Parts: sequence; C-alpha cells; structure tokens
Amino acid sequence: MKYIDEFRDGDLAAGLSAAIRQAADPGRRYHFMEFCGGHTHAISRYGVSDLLPDGVRMIHGPGCPVCVLPVGRVDMAIRLALDCGVTLCTYGDTLRVPASDGLSLMKAKARGGDIRMVYSSADALKIAQTNPAKQVVFFAIGFETTTPPTAVAIKQAQALGLANFSVLCCHVLTPSAISNILESPEVRQWGTVPLDGFIGPAHVSTIIGSRPYEFFAEEYRKPVVIAGFEPLDVMQAILMLIRQVNAGRAVVENEFSRAVTRDGNVKAQNLVAEVFELRRQFEWRGLNVVPYSGLRIRREFAGFDAERRFPVDYVPVADNRACECGAILRGVRKPQDCKLFGTVCTPENPVGSCMVSSEGACAAHYTYGRYRDFQ
Amino acid sequence: MSEVKRGYVRPLDVRHGRVDLTHGAGGRAMAQLIEELFAAAFDNEFLRQGNDGALLPVPDGGRLVMAADAHVVSPLFFPGGDIGCLSVHGTINDVAVMGAKPLWLSASFILEEGFPLADLARIVDSMAAAAKDAGVPIVTGDTKVVEQGKGDGVFIATTGVGVVPAGVDLAGDRARPGDKILVSGTLGDHGMAIMAERESLGFSAPIRSDTAALHGLVEALLASGAEVRALRDPTRGGLATTLNEIARQSKVGMMLEEKALPVNPEVAAACEFLGLDPLYVANEGKLAVIVAPADAERALAALRAHPLGARAALVGSVHADPQHFVQMTTAFGGRRIVDWLTGEQLPRIC
Repeated sequence: MKYIDEFRDGDLAAGLSAAIRQAADPGRRYHFMEFCGGHTHAISRYGVSDLLPDGVRMIHGPGCPVCVLPVGRVDMAIRLALDCGVTLCTYGDTLRVPASDGLSLMKAKARGGDIRMVYSSADALKIAQTNPAKQVVFFAIGFETTTPPTAVAIKQAQALGLANFSVLCCHVLTPSAISNILESPEVRQWGTVPLDGFIGPAHVSTIIGSRPYEFFAEEYRKPVVIAGFEPLDVMQAILMLIRQVNAGRAVVENEFSRAVTRDGNVKAQNLVAEVFELRRQFEWRGLNVVPYSGLRIRREFAGFDAERRFPVDYVPVADNRACECGAILRGVRKPQDCKLFGTVCTPENPVGSCMVSSEGACAAHYTYGRYRDFQ
Repeated sequence: MSEVKRGYVRPLDVRHGRVDLTHGAGGRAMAQLIEELFAAAFDNEFLRQGNDGALLPVPDGGRLVMAADAHVVSPLFFPGGDIGCLSVHGTINDVAVMGAKPLWLSASFILEEGFPLADLARIVDSMAAAAKDAGVPIVTGDTKVVEQGKGDGVFIATTGVGVVPAGVDLAGDRARPGDKILVSGTLGDHGMAIMAERESLGFSAPIRSDTAALHGLVEALLASGAEVRALRDPTRGGLATTLNEIARQSKVGMMLEEKALPVNPEVAAACEFLGLDPLYVANEGKLAVIVAPADAERALAALRAHPLGARAALVGSVHADPQHFVQMTTAFGGRRIVDWLTGEQLPRIC
C-alpha cells in the first residue's frame, strides 16, 4: 500500500534502531510516555520495543478514549438504552467496557436494549433520519479527533430540524490530561514515575496543532515530539527525544509534519467552540476528577443534549479495588504488575477498561507482548 | 416426491412470488416448493427416492467423516458468491480437511416469510451448480418457514458425509516442533468482500470472496506424498484463530513471518481502512497446512500446481513452547503474539 508500507519498512527500522542505540547514552536511562493509545498499539503490534536498547523504556499514557471513560458514564448510556428506550449508537470498543451490576453495553444489548455500533457520528445521524419514531442518542466519546465530527452531526441535526437525535457528550481534552500527569505527585514530588519526555499525539494534534504542548515543554522542562501512528514515526520520535534529552533541551518538535501544523485545523476548532463549552470538571478513569478537562453541549444546542433531554444523571462509581487501571494510566504501574492481569482480567472478561480497547495498555500487552513474561 | 402437479396446480410464481407460511406448513404449497424449486435444481438418484431420508450405499473400507455447518451470512449475495454456493463449499471443505473424499450433502432451509422466491431460486441454482461442480450431490433436505422478522431472509444448514481412505490421518494434535506452516493462497478475501459490501465501501475493483470447494486441492496435496500432519480451512477468525487452535491441540508454539503472508493489496487496503487485521479475517477457499519439515517444498509445489493454490506460501514453523503461543516476526523487525480473537471482528460472515 502506497504511503503506508513506506512507514513500516523493516530496513529503515533497522537503520533507525542502530541510530537510537548510537544516540542513547549507555550510562543513563530514558523514560518516555507515549500519550496516545494509537502509539501504544503501534509499539505493541509491530514489536517496536524489540528494536530499542534496554535503557529506553516506553510508558503507556492515558490517551485511549475507551480506557479513560469512567464507569458512571457507561452506566448513563446503559440507562438511556434500557430505561429510556432510546436507540443508542456507539463506537465499537465502547460496547465491551465493564459497567455497574456486571453489565456492559454489549450485555445491555442482549437484554433487549437497542444498541448499535457505528463507525461515525454521521451513521448515528442517518439512523435518526431513517427511524423518525425512535429517539436516537449518539454516545460521543474521545479526544479532540472525534469531537469535530460530533459537532458536525449536531449542526446537521439542527439544520435538518431533527427532533429525535441527541448526543451524550463525553468528549475530553488532551492538554488537561497531560497537565494532570505532570502535576501528579508521582511525577512532581516523589519521582516514582520518571518521565523524560512525551511522544505527542498524532491525530489529536492535526486538530489542535502543536502550539498547546509548548507550555509543557517550557513550564515542566519536558521535551515533546509529535509523532504519527506508524511504527517508523514512533522510532523517529524516540530518536528525536533522546537527542533533546542528551542536549538538555526541552522543546516541541514535530515529526508528524506531513499532517500537523503549529495552529492545527482552525475550522474544526471553531466548529467545536461553537457547539461545545468546557465543563468545570470531568471524571476520568485513572486520573479522577480533572478540572476543565471535558466538554458539554452549549445551551444554544440544548435540544441535542441527551443529558438535558433524558432523566439520566452522572453518578460516580468506584473502580474494582484490585484493578490497577488508574495507576497504569498514570504510568505508575505496568500491566503485568496488576494482580488481576491475565487471571481474573482478560480481553474476554475485562475488569478494567485498559483491558478493553486494543489501544489500552493491558490489552496491548496481553494480546501482543505477554510472551515476554514467560521468558 | 409428491405428485401434486398431476392435477390442476398453478406453477410456482418464481418471478413475483414470495415465501409465505404455507410453504412450511407441510401441505400442497410446501410440496410444490420442494418439487419445483429444490428437487428440480438438486436432482439426483438419492433425492428422487422421495423418502424422509436418503438411502445410501455403505462405502467400502475407510472411515466416515460427518461435518455440519450453518450459514447465516448477510448480505446473502456478495461479489464472488452467495449464501447458496457458500453453504455447499463450507461443508465440503470441513469434510475435505479431514483428508476425506466428500460423498453427499444434506441441506436444510429456514426461510423468512416474505422472502422473494426469485432470490430463493437464485440461491438454490447457485447451490446446485456448486454441488454439481464439486461432484457432491445434495441427497436430502428440509424446509421451514418462520414469521416475518424472525429470520433474515434465509438461513441454510448443510451436513456433509465423506470417507477417509486408509493411511490418511490428519488431526489438529499432530503438529510437531520443526514442522512447517503453509497457506494455500491470499488471506482475508471472503471476510473483506462481505465487509466491503456491507459498508458500501465502493472500491473501484470489488473484493471478491474466495469461496471454493477445496477437496480437489486436498487430494492433490495428499497425492504428492508429503507427510501432512494437519489441515484446516481458516474460516471465521482467520488464519490466526486456526493456528491457535492447532497450537493448543498439539501443545506447541508457532512462529509466523509477517513478510511471507500472502494478502491481496485491495484486501490489505480495506483492512487498513477499517482497522482490521487480515490474519483474523475469514477465508472460504483456503487451506492452512502443517507439514513435516522435509516435505514442505514438495507440499508447496503440489499446492501451487493446482489452480486454487497458485499463491500458496510457506509462512512459518512450529516449535516447542509450553505456553502454546502463536507468535510472529513482524515485517518491521519486531516480535509479537498473534493471539486468539477477542469478541467478534466481523458479524455474520458465513
């Protein structure tokens, strides 16, 4: 495949691997967090870790939309489907996230809930148009990449005068999550999560640009290299991070220049600003309540806000006490450190959300890398 | 068969008619549907007996193999095939990969009230053609009709019976460390043909299902004299699932070479687009072969000499591993597990 195979080339990878080994100071260790689940997946699926020297460790960050979704939010979606009788449309991975009472959206579907998997917000809108007698709710999750399409769907619904379409908005913001990690005592005070730099998001950055990360580089003295989701992108970014660390620099560099600019997609940003506003706070799985980290639908579009239209309130639910998802999402623990990993918690029976999505740290390690635990 | 046509019976309106509940009620309408549609298309000496079951000669020697397969694919018609030929190929292949010569098939239809008879006729004709091409007659069958909304047009369950010649012994628990892993051609064509059709992806060159009867290819492979340990047709769950099954049964590990896996470029592109992995996508006309190391080349040559095995490839090998992991050296140069499929990658593909 043109424009794909070039970024997965084994010979180029071997060359980059050699360059990384040469650049890395054997006398020190490098700890880099890839924020995005897309990077976590690429690293595991292509075996990138095998091409890195021992002194370079990748920490999987919280950038997996499904993984940071708190149980209470999934409960709301289930109540919409089972109690309010709406047709609930959602992205595929969300179906298997464990919720309260042993339920998940998949299990709620088996109990008679009209729950449908869609590939985009436009599909949900189409379902509303073709089923005028049904109330259709789009369960909107994800970071800045999936937010603009949700805004478009709401604007289109308004233009069409659709009275049976609304959105359960659970969109969250990347910079707030990065701040939260950098402000955490593990990073700031105790140093239990050594963090030498970030691989910055790929698709998110196409929307928000590289500018928002400049603050982290300056304020916290952490280098950030924005990288594409292909494995060669990741390796190139690691090389760039090592060079910054070695030189004592901390700036934002853009490896993904074929898609990301400093200002990002201004049209999409404006659209999002028109339809959404900041919530004062939003609960994240693993990061707890993070101020100004989530979006809600503006009053002007209240008719399309499922939280206003249906009697479902957010009720926080504590995670399973043995589940280490929170610590794993913050980089404090590794998946294999969790007592439940691979025993109680498996991809077939996920206890924590990190085991659900293929972008989750636990699912990625279980699916692609667990052979290392037996060597 | 009944003789309903002898009297004044209006012929079945295949062009405009639809299935209704009387077609499954056991009366004249059902007898007419069976006679004019099914029996006419599948005609053979066993079906012509017209009894509740087919009376079949006991084959001399060997061992019998019996395999069942239910087909619920949506959409019913797709590039490269339809539910009819798929239901014939699928069961023949289940029999063939046991090393057996397939002899007979049964076919049971669950029809939904309101289903167009024209579509049913198309499906039945496709089944008849597939059975004829394969030389495996459909010797008995059944028809039921369910109310509208309780089926999805048509479901077809087929059963196949075959006979394994003496000396042929294929089983999933026979893979040994050192054995080689072959596939008979490109991966993921069937699943992606269905998915592209369902999602209206509209590729300029549509992906065609690879649905085909594999008993000829199996026969050619076994005739080569290669020491074949196990054969499977990697349908639902794809090659990854099939190899995990064999690794577990044989208590061994496997190592694949990603670079060696044959995948059509349009399938690779569609998989990329939808976030799927061709290793997990269904095939309906491919073999996964575990063969003794010394015979790998001979087996490969035998596969490639057959029209259905032209793109056969050696894709990996078997080794000792107490964890029974199937792993892969990625084209990128790293290593990873090729795990069991979690959940379902594609709904209702066969």
